Amino acid sequence: MITLRNIRMTAFVVLAGSMFLAMAVAFGNAARNPATSLTRPATAERSPDPRGFIQRWIILEPIPATGLTDSAVQAAVKKEYFPNQLTIIPHDGDKVTVGGTELAWHAVDTSDYNVNLYYFASGFGKPTSNVLFWAVTTINCPQEMPGVRLSIGSNAASVWWVNGKEVIGIYGDRQTVIDDGVSKRLTLKKGPNVIRCAVVNGGGATDFCARFLDGEDEPLTGFTVSVGAVKQP
Amino acid sequence: MKPIQHTQPSPLVRTILLFLIFITLWIQPSSALDGQIQIHDPSTIALCDGKFYTYGTGGTTLVSDDGWTWSRGVTPPRRGMAPDIIHIGDRYYLYIAANIGAQPKAAINMISSKSLNPDSPDYKWEECGVVASSDGVEFCNAIDPGLFLDPTDGKLWMVYGSYFGYIRLVQLDPRTGKRIDPNDKPIDIAINCEASVMIYHDGWYYLLATHGSCCRGADSGYNIRVGRARKVTGPFLDHTGLDMLEGGGKLFVGSGGRVIGPGHFGLIDLGDGVQKFSCHYEADLDRGGASVIDIRPLLWKDGWPVAGDHFKEGTYQIESVRTGTTIELAVEGVPVGGRRVRGPRPAGPGGPGADGGGGGGIFAGQGGVIPSQDVAQVSTSWPAGNIDIRMSNYLCQAQQKWTITSVTNVGGYLGSPYFKITIAGTDRTLAVDEDGELVALPAFSGGPEQLWRLDQLTDGTWRIMPKFALAAKESLAISAIGNSFATIAKFDPTSAKQRWILKTP
Repeated sequence: MITLRNIRMTAFVVLAGSMFLAMAVAFGNAARNPATSLTRPATAERSPDPRGFIQRWIILEPIPATGLTDSAVQAAVKKEYFPNQLTIIPHDGDKVTVGGTELAWHAVDTSDYNVNLYYFASGFGKPTSNVLFWAVTTINCPQEMPGVRLSIGSNAASVWWVNGKEVIGIYGDRQTVIDDGVSKRLTLKKGPNVIRCAVVNGGGATDFCARFLDGEDEPLTGFTVSVGAVKQP
Repeated sequence: MKPIQHTQPSPLVRTILLFLIFITLWIQPSSALDGQIQIHDPSTIALCDGKFYTYGTGGTTLVSDDGWTWSRGVTPPRRGMAPDIIHIGDRYYLYIAANIGAQPKAAINMISSKSLNPDSPDYKWEECGVVASSDGVEFCNAIDPGLFLDPTDGKLWMVYGSYFGYIRLVQLDPRTGKRIDPNDKPIDIAINCEASVMIYHDGWYYLLATHGSCCRGADSGYNIRVGRARKVTGPFLDHTGLDMLEGGGKLFVGSGGRVIGPGHFGLIDLGDGVQKFSCHYEADLDRGGASVIDIRPLLWKDGWPVAGDHFKEGTYQIESVRTGTTIELAVEGVPVGGRRVRGPRPAGPGGPGADGGGGGGIFAGQGGVIPSQDVAQVSTSWPAGNIDIRMSNYLCQAQQKWTITSVTNVGGYLGSPYFKITIAGTDRTLAVDEDGELVALPAFSGGPEQLWRLDQLTDGTWRIMPKFALAAKESLAISAIGNSFATIAKFDPTSAKQRWILKTP
């Protein structure tokens, strides 16, 4: 049956497909580097992978930032770089100005458990050392999910918020380890829940991964992930 | 020979002597248990109506609500030597030896009851007769029974014997506790020992028996030895291959510290990978050389049982088996010796910064000895109130060192008192908050959310459980669910999440 929803989805997929080539150029050559783990979202929403990893994010081009200690990272993420930075739900292609530099938000899907921020930034010709990345996603829960935990890993330090509440902070020069930082028990509400993180990198590789764990520490998979419509470059 | 001069000690010497006497009295007894714990030849510890019971030679009965504080209990109607007890179905079977002339002429009688609690209407001991005996001529002395219910097939066995000749094995009926066939010839499985008992572990039958002499106080050579067999009937060989029928036996536990002459092993299997054992010492030097019962962890290594020690109070790094990270306060750590920036690597031998061996630059160190971190100094920046708990790589920092000390007058559990866990040199106390998460309180106030039970698991690692959850019959323990985060979660004996290594920093 042809419905408005189906037409919208078809247009979305065609649009996304036409943008794939541009993304491949932006994120690198498939034969030479893993940047092709990042692509533009081709669907309106997707499920987490079987291990619960959230593979769709909208990420801001990096902001200069230094220091990986607890206090340095907390100061970095509490500094206001752009209006409503802890509440904004960005859209693909939105732009903000930080320190006189215009930075864009980019929606990405990752085919891995993690999001490679190094290739994300380098793909856009941006620095990867001494930088701060903001990333946001929305998970849509079919019902309230109490007693779950956000579970993340990041290279390097990172701070995480769920529906506006800070729930995790891990600090220091560290590598991404699955289930490194884990939040206290929290409740995901029915409908959309906003997950936000700030990853601060000192130098070298930088990436992050995130999933939710249920009360038995098993991956949570019964939700979908979306970042809104993807604009044409 | 110069005569000995008897003079009054000086005030200084008197003060020193009084101090030494005080220190001697203050020292924690070597045996961990509290209350009235004098007993000789204690039976396996039995649980009934939430209380622990053990029976010893001469009608001694000890009872405890928690396994830590013990008191005298009611003597059963039959008293004798070195009883053992087993609970099968709805009955307790108590086996007690008696002289029927003069050893080695002896017999083991059995009495049974549905309850061990004298306040219960089911507390009715019934005489069930002789289950084994020796005639004074045969090469066996039928005392010291040890009961064993084979978990592989449900068969019930009794070993018995004491020094004069063989340790013997007979089969009993698990429905009655009596011999299946009194005319069956007993099987000889060991020789020249006593207080034997059998246990099963991972495909092996283990025969634990006490060697050496008893009943000589601090001169008793009692020690517990073990052999193992693939069949319940033996042969039981020690680690060198020597048969216990020829005097073999690997040392399980002997005298040590301030206790002398351990004997009469009794298994306490709490499930979930937690095993303990009971024994008595012929002499506890801190209790005037009295014979007392003790309960200690039972560990396993390379297929052999190992006697664990009581937890030693002290300061520890608490490291997760799962993650390798350690529990710490969620505060910004200060590197020991002060923060240093990541410097350039030395140019090489003879190059700038080279020190002739170890390299220069950041590798050259600061010179001299860097003292351990002073918690009073680094804690000035810590929040005054509650502090979250997290986990991190161990870096010898103050927020990672925990002092674990026992707490008096708050009860205990099998073989141990409860403990408090505080950051060394502070009152910052590890506790569980109202959301079931770990937190450090500014000070210890004695609540059950601040008291901890430490059980050594059979692999030597530790399980750490909050008292408040135990009171609610919940098997909750500190759990490393992330590399950087620990919480309280249901104990899973198959997981490494709740296994902890306590390292001396």
